[in-house]
Amino acid sequence: MQIEVIVNLKKIKMEVDANEFLADTLRKYGILSVRKGCDTTCCGLCTVWIDDKPTLSCTTLSFRANGRKITTIEGVHKEADEFAQILVAEGAEQCGFCSPGFIMTVLAMKNELTNPTEETIVHYLTGNLCRCTGYMGQLRAIKTYLGVQ
Amino acid sequence: MKTVGKGISKIDGMSIATGKPVYTEDLAMANSLVVKLLRSPHAFAKINSIDTTIAEKLEGVECILTYKDVPKQRFSLAGQSYPEPSPYDRLILEEVVRYVGDEVAIIAAIDEKTALKAMSLIKVKYELFDPVLDFEKAIGHASIVHAENDVHCNFDIGMKKELNIVSSHKVEVGNIDEEIKKCDIVVEETYYTQANAHAMMETYRASSYLDHTGRLVIVSSTQIPFHVRRQLAKALQIPASKIRVIKPRIGGGFGGKQTSAVEIFTAIVTLKTGKPAIIIYDRKETFSCTTSRHAMRLSVRLGADSNGYIRVVDIQGLSDTGAYGEHASTVFSVVGDKTLPLYNKTTAVRFTGNVVYTNKMPAGAFRGYGATQGAYALESTINLLAEKLAMDPTEIRLMNLIKEGETCLTYNGKLLGSSTLHKCIEKGKELIGWKERYPVQQIDKNRVRAIGMAVTMQGSGIAGIDTASAEIRLNDDGNFTLLIGSTDMGTGSDTILAQMAAEILEIPIENIIVNAADTDISPYDPGSYASSTTYVTGMAVVQAAQDLKRQIIESGAKFLEVSSEEVEFDGETISMIKGEGSVRLEKLAEFLVLGTGKRQLVGNATYGSPVSPPPFIAGFAEVEIDKETGKIDLIDYVAVVDCGTVINPKLARIQVEGGIVQGIGMALYEDVKFGDKGKLLTNTFMQYKIPCRKDIGNVQVAFEESFEKTGPFGAKSIGEVVINTPAPAIAHAVYNAVGVRVTSLPITPEKVFMGMQNKINF
Ligand code: FES
Ligand code: FES
Repeated sequence: MQIEVIVNLKKIKMEVDANEFLADTLRKYGILSVRKGCDTTCCGLCTVWIDDKPTLSCTTLSFRANGRKITTIEGVHKEADEFAQILVAEGAEQCGFCSPGFIMTVLAMKNELTNPTEETIVHYLTGNLCRCTGYMGQLRAIKTYLGVQ
Repeated sequence: MKTVGKGISKIDGMSIATGKPVYTEDLAMANSLVVKLLRSPHAFAKINSIDTTIAEKLEGVECILTYKDVPKQRFSLAGQSYPEPSPYDRLILEEVVRYVGDEVAIIAAIDEKTALKAMSLIKVKYELFDPVLDFEKAIGHASIVHAENDVHCNFDIGMKKELNIVSSHKVEVGNIDEEIKKCDIVVEETYYTQANAHAMMETYRASSYLDHTGRLVIVSSTQIPFHVRRQLAKALQIPASKIRVIKPRIGGGFGGKQTSAVEIFTAIVTLKTGKPAIIIYDRKETFSCTTSRHAMRLSVRLGADSNGYIRVVDIQGLSDTGAYGEHASTVFSVVGDKTLPLYNKTTAVRFTGNVVYTNKMPAGAFRGYGATQGAYALESTINLLAEKLAMDPTEIRLMNLIKEGETCLTYNGKLLGSSTLHKCIEKGKELIGWKERYPVQQIDKNRVRAIGMAVTMQGSGIAGIDTASAEIRLNDDGNFTLLIGSTDMGTGSDTILAQMAAEILEIPIENIIVNAADTDISPYDPGSYASSTTYVTGMAVVQAAQDLKRQIIESGAKFLEVSSEEVEFDGETISMIKGEGSVRLEKLAEFLVLGTGKRQLVGNATYGSPVSPPPFIAGFAEVEIDKETGKIDLIDYVAVVDCGTVINPKLARIQVEGGIVQGIGMALYEDVKFGDKGKLLTNTFMQYKIPCRKDIGNVQVAFEESFEKTGPFGAKSIGEVVINTPAPAIAHAVYNAVGVRVTSLPITPEKVFMGMQNKINF
């Protein structure tokens, strides 16, 4: 079937199967920053925004995105770069495979929470797994980025 | 030093962090055939018949291969230097399947849907055998996992395949029985370490195509591109010169990608069809059909005198390698290699035991590689001994641990070159608040907090075997290209190797292009494993840079028409020490590639180390336990590391934090479990729980630098040692909290709770 979505502010028509998931559709249409790390909504790697809300694209049926606004890291590259600079300066990206989903969640958190504590940050990001860094460096980077202690 | 020792950002940091298409899947050719594998539902069976005719007729199916269509040459998928110590016990596909998930047929189609549809149309009839599932019952089991006659070992590793023994191992120095009699106190305990999954975020994947000359090109997320090329040549029976392996960015490895899981399947499809192909394992396949850590049973006996000097260390082991023997003998021997030298006031030491085949997913290399299992067993027993002697566990270690300049029974008189482990312990005690908080504090009626500790060592590269090469080229524009065959899987090794080259050449790191790894272009490197890249490849890079620097000085001198003793090079300009003459590097570079009689400068080196200097770490854990439920919360973890000179403090710190958290996972949650028919139960992140942000408490990291004379700029390794202390340190803390000694990993609330009820060992 055909759907029409706004991906990173551009209107695109996409041909999708009824049982196709958004992560796969986006990759098929060349948006390769979207990654998958599991098939069970456990890892957060596939996080994109649908109408500005962080959403797991690995389990969102593509047709449900019809008519909606999808944002991936390519669509917020200024903000993403700004945070990525801090993350990289901290040395807290290792393999980087989890980073796009993680960064999309961090940026959403910034929009959503005001003056979060360390606890609320950790809670917000619990669904984003990372096997490499051990999370501490990511937390340091977030705190620097948000200017919290 | 200008570059080494600085917390420089990773050279590829921004592109990997912001989602640029740099990984294997991103780089696959459009229209690649999708490869899927039909897998055995049985733990042990023979294929009586396999019918692919209906599946093959499906539109879009390009090829289906069964055991009848593949070469009959056995090989090993272990990523080890040739000749590998792992047995050649595999075929690409075989009539016999040896675990649930073993490959039965390879299917390639124009898309995933078609491939899956075709898979469902293949009809297989099996004759079932009684599987060997319990590794403690494998020896002498009525079923023989590898009964075939053509299994081959390059070395005598003690294989007795009719007994399901892959390998037997024994090191013994001194007379254990005599020495143990002289001891005032003897303690003994048996431990079980579980299998773990690597759970790297990028699952296994590879793509392949034929290039313009008909050569097979494999793009793979691998730690071992050169070993992959050799394995493919052997398995596919084609010359290695017809194969090129390219490694792009890798989404994590942890030793998992030191065993080739997927390359052979796309390669054979591309060879048979002439078309590009791609294979991507999903998370379930990654969990159930690749490799895990070797599960082990380790019995430790320690003898000491009444002053607390440890005289006897005796370890008996049994290791489960699953259906195939990748890394079976080597992981097992590392258990002894990294435990017996630690405490060196001994008069007799022994490590002995067997590795057995079972009908389960194969085990393989995993960060820590046997040292992890050994550290849990040995360090737990040291803590037990300290308690029996009523000694502070840090004191007994400070008395007994090997020091810089000392030797030990298994070192044959060789001296330990560098160690600050004693300082690491002192520093760790301060950071965790040992004096104030050891051993235990009551928080309220139900909750207690307690502290525990452990130390460990690893190696740096494989002494006398693994040898790396490096090349550095002065480009026509005065910049440099560093060519290496090692694999940065996120560790930052490309960056630190560039830091080393920049330091020697006195140039900014930005002037170096790093190219790694492509078997057509890179100089040979065994790949990134065994904590070798900083140390072994690092030395090759240092020497190659020195070689190039010498050539730059010589060429500059020639240009200036003086002798090389009369000039110096400061990274920008070659100038006469006395006098005005000078030439800028760019000018010289241009001159060297223009006109007749010229030669572009390339620095070269190959390095293999006769020793494998150990990095050390002291780990301290503070846990809180709810006595009503047995629930364990990790509050604080302190790790103090001696990895020699720290080449890049930021990247090293993340390596430590990442390894500690993986170790915490192993200690508390992660458990590869099989059902009673041999099917893997923990095949998703729902069942196999790796730590999330809430599980890890606070991790503090500090360094106590030593200087390792044989290493680049005094460096040793760091990648593996960091995973070894959490299990024993946390087990110790749990004991100090509630008096339950958990001797089988992971340390779950149930075990703690039941232990409290019964006050027996769990
Ligand atoms: S891929 Fe893991 S949550 Fe979507
Ligand atoms: S950086 Fe590798 S998974 Fe997060």
